[in-house]
Amino acid sequence: MHTHPRPPGTHLRRVAAMSAALLLVGGSTAAPATAGTDDLDTFTIAVTQQVDTFNPFVAQLAVTTNVLGHVYDTLVTVDPETNEPAPALAQEWEAGDDGLTWTFELRDDVVFTDGEPLTADDVVWTLTTIMEDGAAAIASGSYVAGFESVTAEGDHTVVVQLAEPQATMESLAVPIVPRHVWEPILEEEGDAFADYPNEEFPVVGSGPFTLVGHEPGESITLEANPDHWRGAPGFDQVVLRYYSEKDAAVEALRGGEVTFVYELTEAQASSLEGVDGITVNHADGKRFQAFTINPGARTQDGEGFGDGHPALADRTLRQAIVMAIDNDEIVELAHGGQAVAAGGYVPARYGDFHWSPEGEEDFLAFDPDAANAMLDEAGYERGEDGVRVSPDGDRLELRMHVHRDRPANVNAGLILVERLADIGVEVENLTVDPGVLSDALYAAEYDLIFTGWTVNPDPDYVLGIHTCGALPEEPGTMQGDAYFCDEEYDELYAAQLAEYDRPTRAGIIHELQEVLYREAVVNVLAYPNIMEAYRSDQVSDIQIQPDPGGNIWGQDGYWAWWSARPVAAADSGGDGLSTGVLVGVGVVVVVLVAAGAFALVRRRATLEDRE
Amino acid sequence: MTSTPTTTGEPAAQGPTGAFPARGRSGSGRLWRVLVYVSGKLLTAVVSLAAVVVAGFFLFRILPGDPVRAMTEGREVTAQQREELRRQFGLDQPLWQQFLDYCAGLARFDLGTSFQYREPVADLILERLGPTVLLAGTGTVVAALLGLFLGTRAGWRPGGRADRTHTAVALFLWSVPTFWLGLLLIVVLASGRGFVPGLFPTGGMVDPGVSGALDTVLNTAWHLVLPVATMVAVIYAQYLMIMRSSLMDEKGADYLTTARAKGLRDGLVRRRHAVPNALLPTVTLIFLNLGQVVSGVILVETVFSWPGLGQLFYSGLRVPDLGLVQGLFVVFAASVILMNLLADLVYPLLDPRVRP
Repeated sequence: MHTHPRPPGTHLRRVAAMSAALLLVGGSTAAPATAGTDDLDTFTIAVTQQVDTFNPFVAQLAVTTNVLGHVYDTLVTVDPETNEPAPALAQEWEAGDDGLTWTFELRDDVVFTDGEPLTADDVVWTLTTIMEDGAAAIASGSYVAGFESVTAEGDHTVVVQLAEPQATMESLAVPIVPRHVWEPILEEEGDAFADYPNEEFPVVGSGPFTLVGHEPGESITLEANPDHWRGAPGFDQVVLRYYSEKDAAVEALRGGEVTFVYELTEAQASSLEGVDGITVNHADGKRFQAFTINPGARTQDGEGFGDGHPALADRTLRQAIVMAIDNDEIVELAHGGQAVAAGGYVPARYGDFHWSPEGEEDFLAFDPDAANAMLDEAGYERGEDGVRVSPDGDRLELRMHVHRDRPANVNAGLILVERLADIGVEVENLTVDPGVLSDALYAAEYDLIFTGWTVNPDPDYVLGIHTCGALPEEPGTMQGDAYFCDEEYDELYAAQLAEYDRPTRAGIIHELQEVLYREAVVNVLAYPNIMEAYRSDQVSDIQIQPDPGGNIWGQDGYWAWWSARPVAAADSGGDGLSTGVLVGVGVVVVVLVAAGAFALVRRRATLEDRE
Repeated sequence: MTSTPTTTGEPAAQGPTGAFPARGRSGSGRLWRVLVYVSGKLLTAVVSLAAVVVAGFFLFRILPGDPVRAMTEGREVTAQQREELRRQFGLDQPLWQQFLDYCAGLARFDLGTSFQYREPVADLILERLGPTVLLAGTGTVVAALLGLFLGTRAGWRPGGRADRTHTAVALFLWSVPTFWLGLLLIVVLASGRGFVPGLFPTGGMVDPGVSGALDTVLNTAWHLVLPVATMVAVIYAQYLMIMRSSLMDEKGADYLTTARAKGLRDGLVRRRHAVPNALLPTVTLIFLNLGQVVSGVILVETVFSWPGLGQLFYSGLRVPDLGLVQGLFVVFAASVILMNLLADLVYPLLDPRVRP
């Protein structure tokens, strides 16, 4: 082998490769150093949802309504331990004898972050604006739908006059905004008010946190409000970092980049179980997973539409379908055990409103033999292929629409296909995009269809969507999700709304769930658990709701972030070490890259030599 | 879009025996031919754009799902609230009226308003354009340089060890799913396992709270490493393969024999003679990909939570946020059409054989 003079340019290339490598590693060591220089205790939350708007009159998405719930106070909140109404801006409230006049007594020590006091005038202006301006009603219109008027009596008393009694007055989760800030905005923006983004930082509010920054697609920053009337939050700031992919967010938690991730799947939660410094929180679900049966869709005028299977109008068939399904099996196989088998419509976490059929009431419990017997008796005869035919001669071949994007629904769908085959019902499993499912639902072109709702501490709304008034005025405009209409149900619904005594009201709500259960149109399968995880080496204490068994993300009220306390600085002082490790690793990487570049260049040189 | 085939097809069709440079022909005739050529290309671009505008409107209206229902899903809203949203988004208007409003808006360079972000689409695009160009641009440049470099080595000695190794590695990476590779890099290099510390961030572009020009640049570069590595790993194979095959085509050419006969060293023959001629097809590819730089790399942006246009498009499709997706569609398509037009106009300057 003989040597050549090095080809021109090789040296230059090597220098370039080296400096590129240095720049790269320089970046990797410099960045953690900058992050470590601020002494703020930061609670970082990985969020996967985009920001629609911070305008509290308009915001719809979970991320923004959650943030705004920390920036503004509400009149009444929900107790973190019991899930029952609890004082916030209003210290006390009472209904007049007619049940139509509600008086709220406000605290007198509430101050907005710009120093102005919060008075009855701000409350009246906020609620009246929502009542009078359609654009301002997008977020909270449902709360004030039954209001006649809202007036102030002095600085600290608010009087709401109702058209009809409504028991939901104790859960007015409407963010109260400073009138002196928002009145000029409303005047200036006029018709474009709904497009006002409310991004004049810092945003003036009275809540325990102040919104101080938003980088679209990247992060939202909240600063603690040390003067909040309930006391200063434990962390100096809360940062919501955007992750478009939940698996990446889970890795960020593992690496300590974020403090908290939520809405985990069963697989993600179990991968974090037992990891040092991470606590996984399994909470009772707020949501129910259900499927509904098309009972023959019709408009409010009674005009039928859609193409649901005609035999499903028969309650006996619907009940047999419910009896063929084992909710325990759904929990075990579709949710990996991370759910509670359903009883009634309201999830088990809402103690007094929850109803579960017991003993005699439980006549639709899993019993395929009884279901078969019922169908035999009702004249549904089995054909040669084992599939039954209705007394009117229609083969029991049903379509089932399942959300493609919800793994637990997909799994439950597969189970339903098998179980319904046991009673001679053939199911065509349509696992589709949510948009396709929604189109089928509103056009009533379905037989069985999956649904689910997150139920608030006051279940009024999710009960209301099954009244006859929620049927569509014309096809496609339904307010509910099941084409359910029952006279007895409507009477009970009206009765619970007018009942101000909580135990009595809870009794009526149980009866409502009994009707839903009996009619077998809305069939609840399970209450999926909430799974979330946080760095217990960064957070020493955090309030869950309800306590015990509750969740951290998506609470009613601002308990979790407000209550969270950072682990004492001395315990977490790993910053210096990790920077040291990083520098060390940086050096190793430089050496490796340099060696690689050298080898490459050498190889290139020898290649030419081997001519 | 529609002019894509002409760009790649033309040089091949004319081949090495195509029209020779127009030396000696009359000047005015040449000017005329150039005008015809340019106006033909312009016309094609305009027709494509018009088709894109119409398609952009109707295509997304075929998507299943209703934006208002999707945006209020799971929210306790009344029928009046839904109606108000429908009115604000203009969805209560008849379809032809919506189409006319959309066209009138485009004529004023108004791309409409996003339903979910409640911001003009043009503002949203400008906000996200920088990050996308930074990521996709860096990725394309690095991939092209790497592909050309390795493709040259591979193509110069087809079947040699360098060729076999580089081709195998590149094709292996090319067939790896982007999403999986990205997650793998995050798991190995970002989150830290066991005693291995996390070297790179799991996502985002700049850490919240980082300020100052130098810190921001360094922090961004640090965030850029994994997404660019993922993108390059998956796409550099196409540059490598094209460079390799076009260099192999040139290898047997007479002018190389001449160059060797002059006594030039092999490296020089390759660098000075073969590579410049083999570069042409690759340049076309780079131009085509530049048009797509704007539309971004949806998968890479999604895995690494990069605040770019790809991620924006993805979030718009899920609703469907008609205002946003049709605006983005028009901008993406227009940028590809413009890049193709540019390639069509620049190509004759690079290659005398295709001059009109």
